[in-house]
Amino acid sequence: MIFLQVIVAGLLIGAVYALFSSGLTLVWGMMNVINFAHGEFVMLGMYVAFWAFTLAHFGVASFSAIAAVVLFMLGVLVYLGLIRNVMRGPMLAQILSTFGLLLVLRYAAFWAFGANFVGLPDGILGPSLNVGGILLSAPKLVAGVVALAVTVGMHLLLTRTMLGSRILAVAEDRNAAMLMGIRPDHMQAIAWGLSGASAGIAGALIATFFPISATVGESLGLIAFVVVTFGGFGSVPGAMIAGLVIGLIESVSAFYVGPEYQDVFVYALFVLVLWVRPRGLMGKA
Amino acid sequence: MKKLLLSVTMLAAFAVGSAAMAADDVKIGVIMPLSGNSASAGKAAVAAMELAAQIVNEAHPELNSLPLAAGAGLPNLGGAKVRLVVADHQGNPSEGQSQTLRLITQEKVVAMLGSYHSSVSLTATAIAERYGIPFVVGDSVASNITDRGFKWTFRTTPIASDFANNYMEFLTDLKKAGHPASNIAVVYENTDYGTSVAGTVREAAKAHGINIVADIAYNANGADVSAQVLQLKEKHPDAIVFISYTSDSILYMKTMKSLDYLPKFVIGDDSGFSDPAFISAVGNLAQGALNRSAWNIGAKNSTTWRINEMYKAKTGRDLDDTSGRDMQAAFTLMDAINRAGSTKPEAIRAALQATDLKPSQLMMGYRGVKFDRTGQNTLAATYLIQLIGDQYVAVWPQAAAQHSLVYPFKGWK
Repeated sequence: MIFLQVIVAGLLIGAVYALFSSGLTLVWGMMNVINFAHGEFVMLGMYVAFWAFTLAHFGVASFSAIAAVVLFMLGVLVYLGLIRNVMRGPMLAQILSTFGLLLVLRYAAFWAFGANFVGLPDGILGPSLNVGGILLSAPKLVAGVVALAVTVGMHLLLTRTMLGSRILAVAEDRNAAMLMGIRPDHMQAIAWGLSGASAGIAGALIATFFPISATVGESLGLIAFVVVTFGGFGSVPGAMIAGLVIGLIESVSAFYVGPEYQDVFVYALFVLVLWVRPRGLMGKA
Repeated sequence: MKKLLLSVTMLAAFAVGSAAMAADDVKIGVIMPLSGNSASAGKAAVAAMELAAQIVNEAHPELNSLPLAAGAGLPNLGGAKVRLVVADHQGNPSEGQSQTLRLITQEKVVAMLGSYHSSVSLTATAIAERYGIPFVVGDSVASNITDRGFKWTFRTTPIASDFANNYMEFLTDLKKAGHPASNIAVVYENTDYGTSVAGTVREAAKAHGINIVADIAYNANGADVSAQVLQLKEKHPDAIVFISYTSDSILYMKTMKSLDYLPKFVIGDDSGFSDPAFISAVGNLAQGALNRSAWNIGAKNSTTWRINEMYKAKTGRDLDDTSGRDMQAAFTLMDAINRAGSTKPEAIRAALQATDLKPSQLMMGYRGVKFDRTGQNTLAATYLIQLIGDQYVAVWPQAAAQHSLVYPFKGWK
């Protein structure tokens, strides 16, 4: 019984990791740009949700939608204002520019929102679900379902729609796409917007159970990079599976060996997977 | 004529210079975490120490039980004002070292205060030791900070072994009252603070014949504590001692509720449990949690009440135990500098060593401030307080109790 509960707890936090990482993998897959500020996007999503709830008493669905819209705009702005220009520079400039963005956003948030932790009231999504004695935390369950929906939605968008084909065309060969009449700038701005939107939704949902502060990206940011690399560069379904696997390993190793050693197991597996399969679980060669 | 004019100007400049010297600000270095996960605690502590400096620098006759409060500035130094030079160590021991080095060598501070994290105090005091600058540790409790034979490290706060013994004495009292209290769990974050306090809790438990049935170390930056809560649920100890920072202690309360595990009794070792953010986030899930504190706001118009009002006007929130202990350290240091009558490090060190403050001269509930050879305050003490409603109230020892103990832990019920 307790074993099942440990497994379920691991899968639930894994779903949260997957949700957290989906936007990161999208930008990586579309443009080969690593957005180090992704964790800060999620942090801003948390604050947008917090303010929408505190000031206007919006419910979970509405504040998640607001966070998605606000972060979509931020994503587009960041692309137009920063990324578009540094894309022309050397690789190192691209990497350091998003790292710089991380610091700007984190410390601007510190300045604007202060250092104190804030949070949404407990149980905003209701009590835990009891399924035959196994307890499912409501916020994490919702995060899991939404992560799945975002994953499927992104996958369908990229593989079944004209917009998706255009985004992929730009990713594959920018010049050829331009010859076909596709504007790479537009597509990449949309990809950044979508990445921002999914970070916004992730932030809003994570805020329902996690304390909000300007430094939350420190706690969750690293895991997102592991998830994306593990799942395969740019593969949204890969990030989903990787998130679940990492959550599961963390939970089982923390319960049976000790929480202080869980990272050893996660990173050992991570290194092993990369050794055997450098492109990650579902990445394209 | 030209020569005369020049020498007169030089003389005048010298005179002005030395006059300015007499009233020169006394610079005290402060290192605290102002960014990173503990920034909220660090900023609260800096605000408290700045308030201490303000109370000394301005005349506050209404606070005359505190040394130096009634007049303005440090009388033995010609009324010199105290100025704090604050630096951010980010919760990082090596950053703590380099900031201490910078404050001592570039800012020329005459003494140091800090630094919240035991891990940082441990490394920063080593720099002060090398440069021969007194470092007064206000709030870090790992015992090894004063165990190294350092000459320049002083510590006003009670330390881990004091608390650990208090917790065990309390549990022994619980047992006498007929409650189960023989098997406990220790849950602690895995850096210096958590591991050292957990170590002293283990020793104290052994000495009091109490078993530790679960010993759980974890990373305070982790995203999830479900596995830890499930371990506790399986062992179901009579009491759990949490040695945690803010975001992790909030997460523990929420996760215990979502996994439907109501412990019999919860003891939170200050830090996270004392952060006002903890009470506002999960106060309604942590009813009956026991904590430690040497800070008590006290009756209206008392010195402590007035200090709290001033602090509230400055920051918008009540003074907490951690910041209060830092503020007490600042008062202690300023008193020593004044008695030294000099900003020479050796004179300040000697004055600190000779410190003998009585309980009535303090803002914290210590039995006094008097340092032993290692620099540890031998008269440090604490109360045990319990979360009832949205306030912590003193429940132990009997002599200081304002409320009778609530048993068992109510949590969210």
